Amino acid sequence: MRRFLLTRLAQAALQLFAVGSIVFLLVRLIPGDPARAALGEGATEEQVAQTRETMHLDDSFVSQYFGFWGRLFQGDLGTSLISSRPVMQDLPDRLGNSLELVLVSLLIAVTLGVLLGRVAATRADKPADHALVAGSIFGISLPVFVIGTLLLMVFAFLVPVLPPQRFTTPWEDPVTHLQILVLPVVTLTAASCAVITRMTRSAMLETLSADHVRTARSKGLAEQRVIRDHALRTALLPVASATTVELTTLIGSTVLVETIFGWPGMSSLLMSAVGQRDYPVIQAVVLAVAAIVILVNLVGDLVVRALDPRAEEA
Amino acid sequence: MSTAELTAREDPPAAAPARRGARHLLRGLASNRRTSLAGGFLLLVGAAALFAPLIAPHDYRDIAGTPLTQGGALGVDDYGRDVLSRLLIGLRTSLAVALSAVLIAGAIGTALGLVAGYGGRWASGVIMRGIDILLSFPPIVLAIAVVAAMGPELVNVVLVIGVLYIPRFTRIVYSQVLAIRGVEYVEAAEIMGTRRSTILLRTILPNVAAPVIVQLSLSVSFAIQLEAGLSFLGLGAQPPLPSLGTMVGSGRDFLEVQPTLLIYPSVLIVLIVLALNVFGDGLRDLLDPRRSGTDS
Repeated sequence: MRRFLLTRLAQAALQLFAVGSIVFLLVRLIPGDPARAALGEGATEEQVAQTRETMHLDDSFVSQYFGFWGRLFQGDLGTSLISSRPVMQDLPDRLGNSLELVLVSLLIAVTLGVLLGRVAATRADKPADHALVAGSIFGISLPVFVIGTLLLMVFAFLVPVLPPQRFTTPWEDPVTHLQILVLPVVTLTAASCAVITRMTRSAMLETLSADHVRTARSKGLAEQRVIRDHALRTALLPVASATTVELTTLIGSTVLVETIFGWPGMSSLLMSAVGQRDYPVIQAVVLAVAAIVILVNLVGDLVVRALDPRAEEA
Repeated sequence: MSTAELTAREDPPAAAPARRGARHLLRGLASNRRTSLAGGFLLLVGAAALFAPLIAPHDYRDIAGTPLTQGGALGVDDYGRDVLSRLLIGLRTSLAVALSAVLIAGAIGTALGLVAGYGGRWASGVIMRGIDILLSFPPIVLAIAVVAAMGPELVNVVLVIGVLYIPRFTRIVYSQVLAIRGVEYVEAAEIMGTRRSTILLRTILPNVAAPVIVQLSLSVSFAIQLEAGLSFLGLGAQPPLPSLGTMVGSGRDFLEVQPTLLIYPSVLIVLIVLALNVFGDGLRDLLDPRRSGTDS
């Protein structure tokens, strides 16, 4: 386990380094002068020169690169070209809002998905199973922005039970906050829940016919206990891996969900920066998102490893 | 150890040669009601996309009636353009982007997977770490950033999706190659002194074809969603050219006036993705019965 932990940590550090370098190079993809591209055609030479300085474009390539890392280690993620504020001033709040969406959705999706997957697997080839299999393949076929837009149409306009409201933090007004949380969370949960249901079902179908479950049954254990303590428990291992992957997908989906519902998270920060060609903000958000994904995968791998009884032998 | 290596170890794929013939495959797909329905629908959609400029009643840029009214088969949009014609061209755009992106990803991803699996420690280390790095970004986030930097042209969208989907193929091919590398007929070829490149292409490649084909069909469904998502955000097809995603995006502004502007493209996307997923599942059950029912 210790060796695995060290290797895995080194790998994550290497990934972070590579991701940082890719984000640094992102500005190089802009055809022509990034400063001019950011400002648009009408900019004066003076403005361009000023922006080039803010973006550190006048230094040599090598010193730009080391400067990028140097500032990063000091917690400086760059300065917005539009608001002239350091990105670090806005990012933590936005990050918090996005993570709230993601974590609430993931919690519901996993709980519901494992439950439904268990129901489907224990009633294999019965009507309930068929309905759940059909429902889950339909669920994974619904693009996030389609569910989101349709939910918005139905519950905000046709039957205005959840009308669009100004964003309020839970500290200002918990009730309004919960109200505006419902539609984005349902949107994000729908697809993830379908994936987890499918995964749990197939993993449980495999464990239900496994030797250790047969042994448990022949010992005379009650069927409910066999399912809960033996079949489901082993099946949760692949489900845990799938959950890690699902978390990455959810983080990506927030881009669409936050845009649709006007949720002031990290992704809507990204989209407004894209609209204004605010490259430092784009870089900062992409870097932050990638860092979170790397962290999530690291933790996910460690959890799966800790849960896996086979890992001890290896 | 990376996740890819873990999966490779835990889930050795069936190593039996997968050359069962196209005819056998087609018969299998046709005998299943779900896959034949999905396949038939996909053929129809493909034909509609291919011949879209011929069957569209109007040019997708032309004004065909009073804006936001029910003229034509499916109504007229906010600029007065025929919705059916725009749906057909939008379908063509979305499918073209998704298919070309997935073909790029499939070709590069398979090649990298073969080299990583059969090329020794260095090759596998470098390639698989590179794949891990690519997987550190949620696809849509990196796609947004790259398209925002390079400009929202469809070529850029194709390239970005193509690169982002490489890991899907590399990982699968890599784990397959690892599993069959030590099989007798591969060892026999090695002992006989067959060139490594020949073994790779003649002996190993045919054995990894089945999962690659399954992955191709499932990836198209993801690529359609990703392209539609980017277009929905205004970073894909640029007006006046429609794609299904841009049509959903612009339909949002007329939710209360004419909801069909939003509903038609949404339903079409859902049906295509659903058909691709059902078809992909059926294909997997046929080509790799051992993994039947497991998730992608």
